Amino acid sequence: MGEPFIRLAGVRKVYRTRGKEFLAVSEVTFDVEQGELVTMVGPSGCGKSTILKILAGLHPHEAGEVRIGNAGQPFDPGRDIGMVFQQALLLKWRRIIDNVLLPAEILGLPRQAARARARDLLAMVGLAGFEDKYPYELSGGMQQRAAIARSLIHDPKLILMDEPFGALDALTREKMNIELLRIWRESGKTILFVTHGIAEAVFLGTQTIVLTAGPARMADHIRIDLPHPRTLDMKTSPAFGEYSRRLYHLLGME
Amino acid sequence: MSGGGAWRIGLAILAHVLVIAAWHFFVVWGEVPTYVMPTPWDTLQALVAGDYPWWSNIRVTAIEIYGGYALAVVLGVAAALVFTWSRLLEAAVMPVLITFNMIPKVALGPLFIVWFSYGVVPNALIAFSIAFFPIVLTTARGLREVEPDLLDLVRSLRGSRWQIFVKIQLPGALPYIFSGMKVAAILAVAGAIVGEFLGSDSGLGYLMLQVQVTLDTAAMFMAVALISLLGVLLYGLVVVLERIFVVRDARVT
Repeated sequence: MGEPFIRLAGVRKVYRTRGKEFLAVSEVTFDVEQGELVTMVGPSGCGKSTILKILAGLHPHEAGEVRIGNAGQPFDPGRDIGMVFQQALLLKWRRIIDNVLLPAEILGLPRQAARARARDLLAMVGLAGFEDKYPYELSGGMQQRAAIARSLIHDPKLILMDEPFGALDALTREKMNIELLRIWRESGKTILFVTHGIAEAVFLGTQTIVLTAGPARMADHIRIDLPHPRTLDMKTSPAFGEYSRRLYHLLGME
Repeated sequence: MSGGGAWRIGLAILAHVLVIAAWHFFVVWGEVPTYVMPTPWDTLQALVAGDYPWWSNIRVTAIEIYGGYALAVVLGVAAALVFTWSRLLEAAVMPVLITFNMIPKVALGPLFIVWFSYGVVPNALIAFSIAFFPIVLTTARGLREVEPDLLDLVRSLRGSRWQIFVKIQLPGALPYIFSGMKVAAILAVAGAIVGEFLGSDSGLGYLMLQVQVTLDTAAMFMAVALISLLGVLLYGLVVVLERIFVVRDARVT
């Protein structure tokens, strides 16, 4: 097996504002294999987003080891990250395809190839035929699909998703979960997915990182050994219930 | 624009016609003397009746309004751009600008006349000084309104400041720039006319003062109409440009 694709060991991050220290996250230790979909769950202020920002190279970490990439999968921090946020954050003045192309433009990738790839990705996320629409012409779920296509355009090795379906209604959210699993299988990407939802964490994850607040620390990580591809039926299975119970327990919410 | 748009335009024209008709019948039925209020037709006649040099005065006023306005747009947007590139400069200069904005710009008129003599230049400068601030303020605000997550996305790809500026900040600020330009268009007209009232030897505002002496009210009405027309043309141009450059959903109303 060799080195894991991502290794975090004893990671800790403290923010300082006006002389005051604020512990954002601590005791973060977990490994991610290439092609995993790892979910991170926890209350507000537990440091989920901080971990994503450390992995994206946007914030330096305080202590511990952060390593991405291995011999088989070398990692270029300047171009191997794709990001999806709670808001789709599409540029209102750009057509959908031009929104998807934004990372490619920033990286200066060849235009023709990127355009062709953007069309393929839009088809993959179920937005074929919407290339020339403007964001306001799309529903919230469709905008988020476009944001996912945008995160894939430069073929990054790691996708960071910060509560991407948090702003969607419950039914759209369920649908997007199924869609995400399909996109994940088809693209073979490694995904880190932050959520507030325990069911979402179990349903999507190959493993789930559990974080708690006050103090912000990682409580545990649990491997979710439900078979793939996952189906909505699994949500009512005893095994699913058992995983959910464990997460509730770790989050101190029984 | 759909069929609904044509219907709206038709209704708008009809409403204007009705207002003019109401004006006409108010004067005729009310037997209002012409020196108090002329009919619409009298007003139109003023273009040929009094033998006033309309055209040359329209040109002067147009140059003052459009010149002052163009300068305000260019310098206003440029100042706001400079602020986004230097936080220090913004922190230092912005409060001064806000204080200057409190000065009633027409109060500067007599000073401008002292500095630049009277004529086109001081009047254009009054138009400029009154139109400048809304453009700086709205543009600076628009440039600041960037989603932090979007910045993270660009930074995670090691995007440059310049890329952030060109691809995200500037197009994002366009709706704000246009909303400032619309406010400024109305103000620039008022600024130029007040300048002409204060001291000048040409322009529609100057002409108004001349015909006031002879109680040619119809010509005064015509002058007001022409001044308004200059303003409407400017405002219309800004709206057309906005429609071309700003996607519907992004417009600030």
